[in-house]
Amino acid sequence: MTVARMTALLRRDLRLALRHGGESLMPLIFLFSVIILVPLGVGPGPNLLASIAPGMIWVAALLASLLALEQLFRPDLEDGTLEQWWVGGTAPPGALVVTRLFSHWLVTGVPVILFAPLAAQMLYLPSDALPTLMLSLLIGTPVLSLVGGLASALTLGTNRGSVLLSILVFPMVVPVLIFATGAVTAAAEGFSARAHLGLLTALLILAVTLAPLATTAALRLNIE
Amino acid sequence: MRILLEAKQATFSRAGEAVFRPVDLGLSGGEALVVRGANGSGKTTLLRLLAGILRPASGEVTRHAPVAFLGHHAAVKGDLSCRENLEFKRRFSASASGLSDSRALARVGLAGLGLRPARSLSAGQKRRLGLACLLVAPTAVWLLDEPYASLDDEGCALVDELLSEHVGRDGAAVLSTHQRQPRIGDGRHRTLHIEGRERLE
Repeated sequence: MTVARMTALLRRDLRLALRHGGESLMPLIFLFSVIILVPLGVGPGPNLLASIAPGMIWVAALLASLLALEQLFRPDLEDGTLEQWWVGGTAPPGALVVTRLFSHWLVTGVPVILFAPLAAQMLYLPSDALPTLMLSLLIGTPVLSLVGGLASALTLGTNRGSVLLSILVFPMVVPVLIFATGAVTAAAEGFSARAHLGLLTALLILAVTLAPLATTAALRLNIE
Repeated sequence: MRILLEAKQATFSRAGEAVFRPVDLGLSGGEALVVRGANGSGKTTLLRLLAGILRPASGEVTRHAPVAFLGHHAAVKGDLSCRENLEFKRRFSASASGLSDSRALARVGLAGLGLRPARSLSAGQKRRLGLACLLVAPTAVWLLDEPYASLDDEGCALVDELLSEHVGRDGAAVLSTHQRQPRIGDGRHRTLHIEGRERLE
């Protein structure tokens, strides 16, 4: 029953994402706008670009994730589909929250991960650092979705909560940004990135454990 | 007859104040309960409480069978077609025994609109789509909040018919209304008048 509900929700979420074709392309448009525009601003020197590449790619991933957060639960709250998650009082809404966060990650995180090698190439990132960049994105972007989902649920009660949403999300994702870019920079300079990636993984474990519970509780408050 | 839905001294409070007097009810198969009360008396809150969306502040609500809740919003996605909305409902409820999409649509008077995005439906048609959702994923207990709202005469008659069929199949239903006198089956249904906060004070 729970699995059937989760797959049904995932199918519908992805179908809706595809139907809003333009919006689903936003993460990639964001990534490539940053990567094309910043060199125009700071100059195209390969050394400079290589040193800021991890930060740029990560900031793009962060903004891409943030963009879709406002719409993560709000349409469902407004059209009454969100309260249906609780009807019957038996199926665990937490599982549905996890599913929704997973589809957010699929739509905002995965495209950035897939196109990161191309972006890294455009910014002269040393090829030795590419595996670390990919790994940091793979571990770090789910944290963005999890933390963002919590902030999105908390601001659901406020009318147009996007300002509050950004203020809530940024402090919580700063550690992700620091450890992820630290890992890639270390790898680019020939050092081991294991410490940074280890801390990033710890953040992921923390977020996976706590965020869905807190998000479910926050949604429940908004429904009541 | 087996009890499907039970409430014992159940009430819900907002900001520490009870929304309505504690409610006792027991509903078994083949029964319908009409909740009546003035605007703001807590009809919707009671239905949401019975559905499990709200948790009782005191007392308890026990559901012995799967329930379906149709609220103010029809809980359909405007960007999906009517058919896709029904398909989701069927998968979400993991139900295999309901009507097919086209039969459910025809039953609620939306035949031929299966491919239309739900966004393009009128308010009354959206309510009808909400009713079709009940038909593709059958449950023993229906909780309908103002099912007659925004429906035309024919639509109201349809709600009565669907309720009569549901109750005739030993289903149970609770519906709230403040206008129309429901005509369910041979007219046998119980009525619960609830009183809101103003009168509690």
